[in-house]
Amino acid sequence: MTSQAMSGFWSLWIIVLTLGTIVFCWWLLYANREKESVTGDVQTTGHVADGIEEYDNPLPRWWFIMFVVTLVFGIVYLILYPGLGNFKGVLGWTQQGQWEREMDHAEEFYAPIFQQYAQFDIPTLARDPEAMQVADRLYQNNCAVCHGSSARGGYGFPNLTDNNWLYGGDPEVIRTSIYAGRNGLMTPWVDMLGDQGVDQMVHYVMRLSSQSHDAAKADAAAPMFQAICAACHGAEGQGSAAMGLNDIGAPDLTRNIWMYLQPGQDLYDSIDFTIRHGRNGLMPAQARYLDYGVELPANFSSMSPEEKARILPKVHLVTAYIYSLNQ
Amino acid sequence: MTVVWGIVGMLVGVLIAAQLAWPVLNFDLPWTTFGRLRPLHTNAVIFAFGGSALFATSYYVVQRTCQTRLISDGLAAFTFWGWQLIIVLAAITLPLGFTQGKEYAELIWPIDILIAVVWVVYAIVFFGTLYIRKTSHIYVANWFYAAFILAVAILHIVNSMQIPVTLTLGYSIYSGATDAMVQWWYGHNAVGFFLTAGFLGMMYYFVPKQAERPVYSYRLSIVHFWALICVYMWAGPHHLHYTALPDWAQSLGMVMSLILLAPSWGGMINGMMTLSGAWHKLRTDPVLRFLVVSLSFYGMSTFEGPMMSIKTVNALSHYTDWTIGHVHAGALGWVAMITIGSIYHLIPKLFDKKAMYSDNLINVHFWLSTVGTVLYIVSMWVNGVLQGLMWRAVNPDGTLMYTFIESVEASHPGFVVRVIGGVMWLVGMLLMAYNVYMTVASKADSKAAAQAA
Repeated sequence: MTSQAMSGFWSLWIIVLTLGTIVFCWWLLYANREKESVTGDVQTTGHVADGIEEYDNPLPRWWFIMFVVTLVFGIVYLILYPGLGNFKGVLGWTQQGQWEREMDHAEEFYAPIFQQYAQFDIPTLARDPEAMQVADRLYQNNCAVCHGSSARGGYGFPNLTDNNWLYGGDPEVIRTSIYAGRNGLMTPWVDMLGDQGVDQMVHYVMRLSSQSHDAAKADAAAPMFQAICAACHGAEGQGSAAMGLNDIGAPDLTRNIWMYLQPGQDLYDSIDFTIRHGRNGLMPAQARYLDYGVELPANFSSMSPEEKARILPKVHLVTAYIYSLNQ
Repeated sequence: MTVVWGIVGMLVGVLIAAQLAWPVLNFDLPWTTFGRLRPLHTNAVIFAFGGSALFATSYYVVQRTCQTRLISDGLAAFTFWGWQLIIVLAAITLPLGFTQGKEYAELIWPIDILIAVVWVVYAIVFFGTLYIRKTSHIYVANWFYAAFILAVAILHIVNSMQIPVTLTLGYSIYSGATDAMVQWWYGHNAVGFFLTAGFLGMMYYFVPKQAERPVYSYRLSIVHFWALICVYMWAGPHHLHYTALPDWAQSLGMVMSLILLAPSWGGMINGMMTLSGAWHKLRTDPVLRFLVVSLSFYGMSTFEGPMMSIKTVNALSHYTDWTIGHVHAGALGWVAMITIGSIYHLIPKLFDKKAMYSDNLINVHFWLSTVGTVLYIVSMWVNGVLQGLMWRAVNPDGTLMYTFIESVEASHPGFVVRVIGGVMWLVGMLLMAYNVYMTVASKADSKAAAQAA
């Protein structure tokens, strides 16, 4: 992609202004150059402003030369590089081109390293300390900003080390989570449940992981939980992954793990907010960041793990890393 | 002298306002609400401190060098009160989070309109006074003040063009890369015309005045003035190297920034050479020291600037603390120090005193400022180069060697040194406030000075 060429008028406009500025500086310098070397006493100009006089010293020679050198450099640079309107410069340089060359060079240099790892399956890679060291670097620079440098997550970001999976912990599910991203959506329920219903449901949810709760309120919410919540979270609140549903992302409510509990926040308040307003967790698809520039084939999702590893070798390596954290 | 007396009241107000703004100078709190305090900091030092100093000195200098009174005291008073109102509004709206999101142009559109009005009146007062001058020649300091006033008017009005939505919200009429380019055309010329041309105007009056020497070269001032104002306008794109800005615009920004070196240095040479023959005064005159050191920092940062605009250097320095150090070499070393020197010169004259209350305090202030500036810029150089190198370091497998957070951790010592430098500046400014207060409050000398005048 290159920048659109501008019309001939604007191109000329830029050229004229640019060269005009340089020529103006040039003229300014030469027009004010002292023709003869000054000997003896330097004269003042005769101007007096509030007692301040002005000498008529010539331009310092070194300064004059420096100015001319920068002007010449400017002209040479604008011949070599793009600058004068639509004129591309004789070197044909573009920043896009420079970047592509550097990426190509890197690809040539580093691709074999990652293709080598792509030949191993995920459980094998997860046991290879050297591969995991490389994977750790990828993780730290791409994933740690949300999931933390120790992968234990944070408010709104899942812990990747606790074997508690929103979408499932099988290697292929993890791979899909990474390359395609995830969008976990829970709709708001306050309109349907009402304030009292939300309060009861919070107690029901707290009972699922044996937190202190009001048994009467929890009992009152039980039919409603089965009617609306169980579809995603399961009849026992065991979460969608435990039901074998890999694309829902409804968390297990029985394990006392709370992704949306802020430090210091009361658990009741957090669950209350979640039920009232819903949640929308987004993990962006990482294929385009980790394996830059790869065009995914249309049938990528139905390909074999070996083919997926070959096409997205870095996703493969990070998948093994996440997998290894739970073994 | 009577002409000056007529407006002393107003000048005092502006000067006090400048001093009120000083505690903000360099008082950098990167934690908590940095995002809101940072524009408050930049607006306070550039527009409240720098702006007030420029208003005050330009009104003073134009009257002194044109041997005439301001064309209208009423309009001048309007610019004073208007500018102070703008500063107060900025101090209220920025912490509240009202911003149009453009660096150094954060203030929301109603305040922008107020700025434009005050600025146009400022231009009327300044150019009107030039028009009624009693001297045949317009002194060089006034050229720079004039260029500063004209250019800032154009920059401010063009960059702040917005479609208002509500009283506190508006959207820029430009979009995408065009908006970015207009913003940095404004942004860099805020440096060029507000912080360079304006303060060169200050330099051209107060340096020869304090040194009691003629300006070194009239010829040089002509060449570097015209070259400076015509080349500066081009330099903005160097803020957008390796971005969506078209290649040609980036190249022009870099080339013009390099050409800018000589015109910038012209001012330094003229200032420094004016002092030649008066070097011995540096031993006894701390005010002159401020002026000389400010010129040195000016020369250093205007060399550093073109260097950093070179694409290959910029690839390392961009987005690092190096940029922050560069800005402060200019803002503290040049802008603040030339202002302080000028004000130490001005205060006794305006209040009809023989001298400042304490030369020793000026001396202490000088050393605090100088060492503070050096600590600040050296720590930011080290941090900047460190960050630039850490961000680009790669492992043998092509992965990045350091995560971003590691570069932040490595920058911590530099941040601490910077705070020390900033505190030294703050202490110096407090000493100055005390010194100015004692000078103004003292009863001595007024009669003698009046007779001398």
